[in-house]
Amino acid sequence: MITEPTSKYLSNTVQSIQPSGIRRFFDLASSMENVISLGVGEPDFVTPWNVIEASYHSLEQGYTAYTANAGLFELRKEISRYMKRRFGVTYSAQEEMVVTVGASQAIDLALRAVVNPGEEVIVVEPSFVSYAPTVTLAGGVPVPVNTYSRDDFKLQPEQIEAAVTEKTKVIMLCSPNNPTGTVLSKGDLERIAEVVEKHDLLVISDEIYAELTYDEPYTSFPAVKNMRDRTILISGFSKAFAMTGWRLGFACGPKAILQAMLKIHQYTMMCAPTMAQHAAFEALVNGQKDVVKMKESYRQRRSLVIHALEEMGLSCHVPGGAFYVFPSIEKTGLSSEEFAEQLLMKEQVAVVPGSVFGESGEGHVRCSYATSVQKLEEAMRRIDRFIKTL
Amino acid sequence: MNSTERELLQLIEKNGRLETATIARLMGITVDESKQILEKLEKEKVILGYSAIIDWTKGTEEGAVTAMIDVKVTPKRGVGFDKVAERIYRFPEVKAVYLMSGVYDLSVSIEGKTMAEVGRFVSEKLSTIDSVISTTTHFILKKYKHDGLVFSDNDEDKRIVVSP
Repeated sequence: MITEPTSKYLSNTVQSIQPSGIRRFFDLASSMENVISLGVGEPDFVTPWNVIEASYHSLEQGYTAYTANAGLFELRKEISRYMKRRFGVTYSAQEEMVVTVGASQAIDLALRAVVNPGEEVIVVEPSFVSYAPTVTLAGGVPVPVNTYSRDDFKLQPEQIEAAVTEKTKVIMLCSPNNPTGTVLSKGDLERIAEVVEKHDLLVISDEIYAELTYDEPYTSFPAVKNMRDRTILISGFSKAFAMTGWRLGFACGPKAILQAMLKIHQYTMMCAPTMAQHAAFEALVNGQKDVVKMKESYRQRRSLVIHALEEMGLSCHVPGGAFYVFPSIEKTGLSSEEFAEQLLMKEQVAVVPGSVFGESGEGHVRCSYATSVQKLEEAMRRIDRFIKTL
Repeated sequence: MNSTERELLQLIEKNGRLETATIARLMGITVDESKQILEKLEKEKVILGYSAIIDWTKGTEEGAVTAMIDVKVTPKRGVGFDKVAERIYRFPEVKAVYLMSGVYDLSVSIEGKTMAEVGRFVSEKLSTIDSVISTTTHFILKKYKHDGLVFSDNDEDKRIVVSP
């Protein structure tokens, strides 16, 4: 907590938010040598060269000025084509789309555009660390709904029913999920859609990992019957195209909502970085082959890690997407934080305690398999050794 | 070739030292299956061998000179370029021979200890072969990238150690 005298100037809202639990682990792991990190929430690939080169070229040509608030029109047209081609959803590049500074900003814009003070937003946990705080910052009230390993961390429609009150306005979905890797199937989404429709809810669907699914064809939430006009679709370039540092995402949705988001974006951000937009354009036009290659490599490493965890006797559902596994460490008798801290101290392997992703993440740790095969194998040997000492 | 074989080949093309157990885990097959596939592909000469990519300029003077030679030849009746190519590739100094489209016919890579040694090979052995009409020798001054691998050390993980 901040205790300096100047803290009296801080807003109540900001003071009510805790810094992410991931921060402490970052500080701890950063201070140590010889750490193999399975705690990284981003691809281990460098952005494909043609994408980097396209950005160079745009700079050489002098494209260093602002773009339209919603983003380069050429890029939005490509996003529109891409969403149609890959996920079968149609959005107007002119009116139903905004290019943002990462998917994170798109989530912030979406919440600020729709939430009134005191309105409730259902957050499906374990979840990405920023959802609940972003709801709070938008004046809303985050309502966590827990998912469990016995359901493969899939949200059950009855759970939404149980959480809905007259103040509920929005439900936030994330499939494939960070941290569990769980993918909701078409059937799962259809059952959720029924409840959404029944209670007249709006859905913010974070589909940043949509390209990274390994078992079944992916279903985008707005592609489900009657859901298009109830959904703000959030996506971006970070995960599929290995472009996290470029900070480029986008949101698509019904015109009235997207125009409201654009209004906030216009006053608070102006536009996403121009050189990153040029890079993203190249990624969409010529990047699909690299996406396929990277995805293949993640799929192989998923297999490696799942197999190794099984051999150690750590139970783990097979995650259908993203690049995380979320094994149960309950049999060790340690809390997820104790497990992660001791593993780091004794064997220099960094994983993220499940509890930072919400209450229902307790008893699990998140391991990212977006790291080299050699490092993964060494990390698995160390974890195995660690568990045997307990 | 089926998709499993292709996947295995792509894995070992990138890293020939991957252990069969690792290959099996990456592909979600058993160790026995991965061994069988490897043996089959070796027997069929789909996999011709396993070699290391070495930066000989580091800490040693051995074999540091490589030349690429454009060779024009007269093809032989009945056997085309193949017989001439064989005459050339049987020399152990020759690391690679390709039949090319364009202004010359064979591209030949030679490795030697010194420029003089390579020069001697070209003048005494290569250009004296019956069908060889002319040779143009290019010495490699520096290797930046070879077989998909970059000759530099700038490949460390640049990501922060823990992130959401």
